[in-house]
Amino acid sequence: MKKILILFAHPVYERSRAQKVLATAAQQVQGVTFRDLYERYPDFDVDVQKEQQLLQVHDIIILQHPLYWYSMPALLKQWIDLVLVHGWAYGHEGHALDGKLFLQALSAGTQQQSYAVGEAHNHPLREFLYPIEQTAKICRMQYLPPFVVHGVHHIAEPELLAWGEKFKRALLLLQQSKFTPAVWQQAQYLNDLL
Amino acid sequence: MHQHTIFFQAMVFLAAAVVCVPLAKRIGMGSVLGYLLAGIIIGPAVLGVIGTERHAIMEFAEFGVVMMLFLVGLELEPKLLWKMKASVLGLGSLQVVITAVVLSVLAFLLGLDPRIAAMVGMTLCLSSTAIVLQSLKEKGLLDTTAGENAFAVLLFQDIAVIPMMAIFPLLAPRAAPGGHSEEATAWLSRMAGWQQSLIALGGVAGIIICGYLFVRPLLNIVARTGIRELFTATALLLVISVTVLMTMVGLSPALGAFLGGVVLANSEYRHELQADIEPFKGLLLGLFFMAVGATIDFKLILEKPLLILGLVLGVMLVKTLVLLALGKFFTLSFRQNLLFSLALCQVGEFSFVLISFIRTTYALEPAVTNLITVVVAVSMVLTPLVLMIYEKWLGPLINDGPEDVVREADVISERSDVIICGFGRFGNMAGRFIRANGINATILDMDSDRVDTLRKLGMKVYYGDGTRHDMLLAAGADTAKIIILALDTAEKNMDAVKVVKKHFPHLRMYVRAVGNLDSYELMDAGVLHIYRETSDTSLRMGADVLVALGYRAYHTQRAARLFLRHDDRLLKELSSIHDDSNLFEHQMRQRIADLQQMMESDKRNMLREDVGWDTESLQEDKDIQ
Repeated sequence: MKKILILFAHPVYERSRAQKVLATAAQQVQGVTFRDLYERYPDFDVDVQKEQQLLQVHDIIILQHPLYWYSMPALLKQWIDLVLVHGWAYGHEGHALDGKLFLQALSAGTQQQSYAVGEAHNHPLREFLYPIEQTAKICRMQYLPPFVVHGVHHIAEPELLAWGEKFKRALLLLQQSKFTPAVWQQAQYLNDLL
Repeated sequence: MHQHTIFFQAMVFLAAAVVCVPLAKRIGMGSVLGYLLAGIIIGPAVLGVIGTERHAIMEFAEFGVVMMLFLVGLELEPKLLWKMKASVLGLGSLQVVITAVVLSVLAFLLGLDPRIAAMVGMTLCLSSTAIVLQSLKEKGLLDTTAGENAFAVLLFQDIAVIPMMAIFPLLAPRAAPGGHSEEATAWLSRMAGWQQSLIALGGVAGIIICGYLFVRPLLNIVARTGIRELFTATALLLVISVTVLMTMVGLSPALGAFLGGVVLANSEYRHELQADIEPFKGLLLGLFFMAVGATIDFKLILEKPLLILGLVLGVMLVKTLVLLALGKFFTLSFRQNLLFSLALCQVGEFSFVLISFIRTTYALEPAVTNLITVVVAVSMVLTPLVLMIYEKWLGPLINDGPEDVVREADVISERSDVIICGFGRFGNMAGRFIRANGINATILDMDSDRVDTLRKLGMKVYYGDGTRHDMLLAAGADTAKIIILALDTAEKNMDAVKVVKKHFPHLRMYVRAVGNLDSYELMDAGVLHIYRETSDTSLRMGADVLVALGYRAYHTQRAARLFLRHDDRLLKELSSIHDDSNLFEHQMRQRIADLQQMMESDKRNMLREDVGWDTESLQEDKDIQ
């Protein structure tokens, strides 16, 4: 069974709906390490050694966060800047993360249709994620298509709970290595493979 | 009033100093030259107000040199001495040996007995610590390469006096007993040469041992009484006892004081001692310079002007040339080398001591010793002039690239950019943090037990009161950039703020406040950086309690910062109205009510404060769907 590390970032978790459901679901899965970054580092003082140790003992790294300004909450960027350092995570000497699986679990306020040329956001969502995708690749990790919950601004409670179950199933399948590169490379979102 | 009372003399000397020194400084000559001129004017040559008693005054004034060397010693921790070992031992020893040999040979060629020629050579190779340090310090040249090397050479000379004093009895022909020499000296001169040398070394060892074993505990006891003037008295007692003891065994008191200073340089009371002795030293040193001026025997100069001029210029030329060669050998730039050589080209005050020693042993007839005394004094008078000429005309002529004035290491004294006054529960946290990040702060604290403890832990803490101007000066307030005031009480802190504002306006003050009330006073005094000692910690505790109750850590963190900002703003508003006490009381009650209200509204609104992550309005916006 693969070991999963979820790095969760939400500055106002107390006001969150979608991410709360996903986070609760994730914490119910056996063998998943759930790390609440804003709770642990409210002053942005990231413990680099501790974070690197955790990365090393896990096989699948998941960044779970709401999509803010087409990107991630500030603390998660701080975490990446401090933890994924040259000579450890990447570069000639940096092989700590080689071959690990990398996944983003996102929530976006609007529907998937608004992420298209000519629509409100004018780009497919995957295009906004290129910086992260490339970050994972330069660290020699395998970038999985993201798990995305769209339209959370107006989503109804039962539907949200269904998304929680979906996320749980995705985590279980990941633990059992049910996804293969050949399959995931075709998919836009991981949701589509469930 | 009779002309010979001590008050009359004091009046004459002080008046001469008050008139001449500012004048001299105005013309750009420096205080040393001013004092020397004052001495010449009141001496027998011009006004003759001070007549035959000038030798007695000279003896008294030499005590100023003793104090200066005590202070020089205090500045020299063994560690600093070690850092300077190359220039002290290399440059210093070469200067002393080569100059002494050259001058001895010249003295021998002029017809002196070889042994006496050797004594004269050794006497004249010394330079004047008093004049050089004072002049360079005034011109701000002590921190230059030239200044530091000059200091190193002077230091070696001061040390070299020990073996010289020990060798002289061996060189001297047996002295005639009795006569008018002092009793102690007579007792000493009845000994054989080797016995005298042994006593000299014993004296030096005695001072070092006493300094370590007795003086520190004594200072500790005195400091604990908390009576300021008693500490001053002890400091003076120390220097005077050394002087008396050294005179008794026939050694130079200046040397003894220097050693005493070095022994105490590591002690926590260093800055306190410096501050206490400094004013006495300044006055007595001025007196010393005036006495040098007054002792110049103008009759002798008028009788043999050419001989004396020749001798003075000859000695100064030889010394300058030797120094120039050594400076070149030690890779000084030409500009710095010239300053270094010219600064040290005179003969120093130790020479007076050595000459009087030669005189008491009757090794040389009085006519010759008088001649040498005049030569020494004149060379001292010429030094400030030479330095002035260098500064005004020679220096600007030389252009050898960028000025190498600033050198990194603080060799002469341990100066730092930050001074911390008060190393108690507040100051020590701030201080440790600053030091942990590589900033070497100078720390002053008034609790002698605490100072002891901290020093045992290997920290550099000095016993002293940050509310005193002289103490702050000794700690380097004139060159520091920032001062942290964290004294025990709000009143003391306020006193320190006033002193700093008045005397060291360039210092940026970071001040700990106890509560709101003294914060208002500090704001009124114009302090910009005020830290209430409980505000950060209490808020942190409050935040932790919120987290323990289930609040999100990041929310409480932001809430605490926000609250601190609110509170600071409130404090500033209150400070602007608190002058009128009646109004203040009223406003205070009003503000307490406000504060309550504010806190309640804070609590309600805290969650809504960060609208950056708010999605409510976004959900309504049709454009972004």
